[in-house]
Amino acid sequence: MDLSSINPVLLVASIMISATPILLAAIGEMVVEKSGVLNLGVEGMMITGAVVGFAAAVGTSSPEVGFVAAAVAGAALSLVFALLTQVFLSNQVATGLGLTLAGLGLSSLLGKPYEGMKSPTLPKLDIPVLSDLPVVGRMLFSHDMMVYLSMVLVLAVWAFLKFTRAGLILKAVGESHESAHALGYKVVRIRVAAIVFGGACAGLGGAYISLVRVPQWTEGMTAGAGWIALAIVVFASWRAGRVMIGAYLFGGVTVLQLNLQAAGAKVPVALLSASPYLVTIIVLVIISARGAHAAPASLGRSFHATR
Amino acid sequence: MGDTLLSLKGLTKAYPGVVANDDVSFDIRPGEIHALLGENGAGKSTLVKMIYGLVKPDQGQMTLKGAPYTPAEPRAARAAGVAMVFQHFSLFDALTVAENVALGMENPPKPRDLARQIRDVSEAYGLPLEPGRVVGTLSAGERQRVEIIRCLLQNPRLLIMDEPTSVLTPQEVDILFQTLRQLRAEGTSILYISHKLEEIRALCDTATILRLGKKVATCTPADTTARELAEMMVGASFNTPEPKPRDKGAVLLQVEGLSLAAPGNFGTPLRDISFQVHAGEILGIGGVAGNGQDELLAALSGERRSMAQSVWLAETAVGAMGPVKRRALGLLCAPEERLGHAAAPDLSLTENAFLTAAKRQDLTKRGLIRWGEARNFADKIIKAFDVRTPSAATAARALSGGNLQKFVIGREILQRPRVLVVNQPTWGVDAAAAAAIRQALLDLAASGAAIVVISQDLDELMEVSDRFGALNEGRLSVIHPVETLTLDQIGLMMGGAHDMEVAHAHA
Repeated sequence: MDLSSINPVLLVASIMISATPILLAAIGEMVVEKSGVLNLGVEGMMITGAVVGFAAAVGTSSPEVGFVAAAVAGAALSLVFALLTQVFLSNQVATGLGLTLAGLGLSSLLGKPYEGMKSPTLPKLDIPVLSDLPVVGRMLFSHDMMVYLSMVLVLAVWAFLKFTRAGLILKAVGESHESAHALGYKVVRIRVAAIVFGGACAGLGGAYISLVRVPQWTEGMTAGAGWIALAIVVFASWRAGRVMIGAYLFGGVTVLQLNLQAAGAKVPVALLSASPYLVTIIVLVIISARGAHAAPASLGRSFHATR
Repeated sequence: MGDTLLSLKGLTKAYPGVVANDDVSFDIRPGEIHALLGENGAGKSTLVKMIYGLVKPDQGQMTLKGAPYTPAEPRAARAAGVAMVFQHFSLFDALTVAENVALGMENPPKPRDLARQIRDVSEAYGLPLEPGRVVGTLSAGERQRVEIIRCLLQNPRLLIMDEPTSVLTPQEVDILFQTLRQLRAEGTSILYISHKLEEIRALCDTATILRLGKKVATCTPADTTARELAEMMVGASFNTPEPKPRDKGAVLLQVEGLSLAAPGNFGTPLRDISFQVHAGEILGIGGVAGNGQDELLAALSGERRSMAQSVWLAETAVGAMGPVKRRALGLLCAPEERLGHAAAPDLSLTENAFLTAAKRQDLTKRGLIRWGEARNFADKIIKAFDVRTPSAATAARALSGGNLQKFVIGREILQRPRVLVVNQPTWGVDAAAAAAIRQALLDLAASGAAIVVISQDLDELMEVSDRFGALNEGRLSVIHPVETLTLDQIGLMMGGAHDMEVAHAHA
């Protein structure tokens, strides 16, 4: 095994790229679940975002437009979910699974003409001074906009839930929709807003895969990233900081094991491939085993204002 | 209009198949405590929901201080100075006291100021409360304080209280009444919903009585006897349960040093519980909600197993057995939560009857259900306990709370248990039905069964039980014969003051 073939600077840089799509999807889903809704359609919204973002970026030669289109597409798909579960009171688990299947099918249909094309990708931001620092500069400060945006988003979600009244109301709706309704809060409206936010985030995450990480379109290219995002939200016990740890851990081990495979590590390939899933789950279980890790009490329950 | 705060004129609200309120009119004066009385389903809740803006009336007007009052939502009601304390608290377990208070306010101040205000108000009204505590860890009385303080912080002109004392100890009731009288003295009006007649007579200035959605009377409760009030509510006279003479037999249920860990985050552990119940005897177990009642029932029914030696049914150690085996031996239970625990909401009454009675009533044959027998058994319950339902094929969910409760209790009683454990047998049940259920329990005891009644209704426990003990934080107090107890002593027992000298004398 030749560890010297692994360049630590490139490793860290690619970890950040690999973690970003999962982080975007997971932080969005966390907000959705905080409002008491379980949307299992993350994978479907991600891949729809991936294909729509790709198409829009190729069509306009602008990756920025691609990201916006992806967010809109993810939000639109999630709005279908919101309509079914919040207005027609369908079962959230079944509807979410249906959303994933629909998203996968829709994306391969939309994506057919785009197979084999290459998309324009986001430019790396050049942050004055910081980007020029030796080593650290290339590791942390010469990424594209979305990497930083995802971090800002985590910070914003954390602050929103912790400090703002709107965040408190969102948590309250997720804790007890009956109580929130009795106090006069619009449970359905708040939940729909959360679902749409989650959809837009998932769409962005998907577009990051098709526009930055592998700038091309392949059918099924999200490869379960949406499911990982869902699992991370649970194991992170619905906390923004832990969601970030989980996403980076998963992204990190994914990249590391690829590097190890390339370096010819004497470990069965199957085990290496499984390692990101194993490590993420183990670490997050250890974190969440201590202290309170209560799910929002109304998670997954349909709300219908009676009387 | 200077003498009227809120005036209701001809309020009517109909739901498909039922008129919840029919042409209800009355006035609430400033600085009075106005009682709203009525049985379950009389339309009290709908009426206050209209006042609080949760429901829109079909017809009729409200005027607040002479101006038309049509709150489109609770927010508007709160802005107009109407606040409400809910019966089933509208609180959020995982959030802190301060967060819960903030959620009920229109323009909450900054967290630090809010915490100070909560402390100020709680001191001013003698309702101690720590703003930083998580609500899930509070007792029912403390939770109610959160609701009250949330309302008081908005300086309401009208405070609506929906059955506020149903979960409180006598001491907590005293504190609450002092607070309410203080509020009245400050000019706040209170609309007080309850079916506890003595409380209303002690506290309220005026009472409006509803029956089947219509106003029956407005009267001065202090000048009316409790019996007259009750008969106005029910619209007929009814019998008070009468105990039959009964002999105390051998010990049928014995619990010895029963300890169980708390079942969940907000559950209560059971700590070293010991008691005996004889044949023909009713043991009443009181206590404020959330002090281990549900857990004790689960440990007795077999839903949660313990050491084999902790629970004895006559000569058999049943602690390690599950519910099916215990039922087969004659230990039956009726839990508090009617829908979802005592009965499956979407199954028919026949199916629900089958679920607990299959073994004891022999309703199966080679693994197949004997539907005819099951239906007969369900019909028998419906007839014997006057359950008002179209038929036995009706889903449990469709029955009113009181009728379903009669069905659930009747189902167990008709299986002729040796030991029956019931939790909150008459919770949310109207006076006439409650009397019927209590009478059935007394009759069952007279026929030689041992009965444990777990309840938060002290009047009920005093009425039916021979001996009384109280649960406090999962511990059972010393058990005393009911006739030797005063209300004060009971309050102390519920609050956890155990008299240590005699700790081993009874039990």
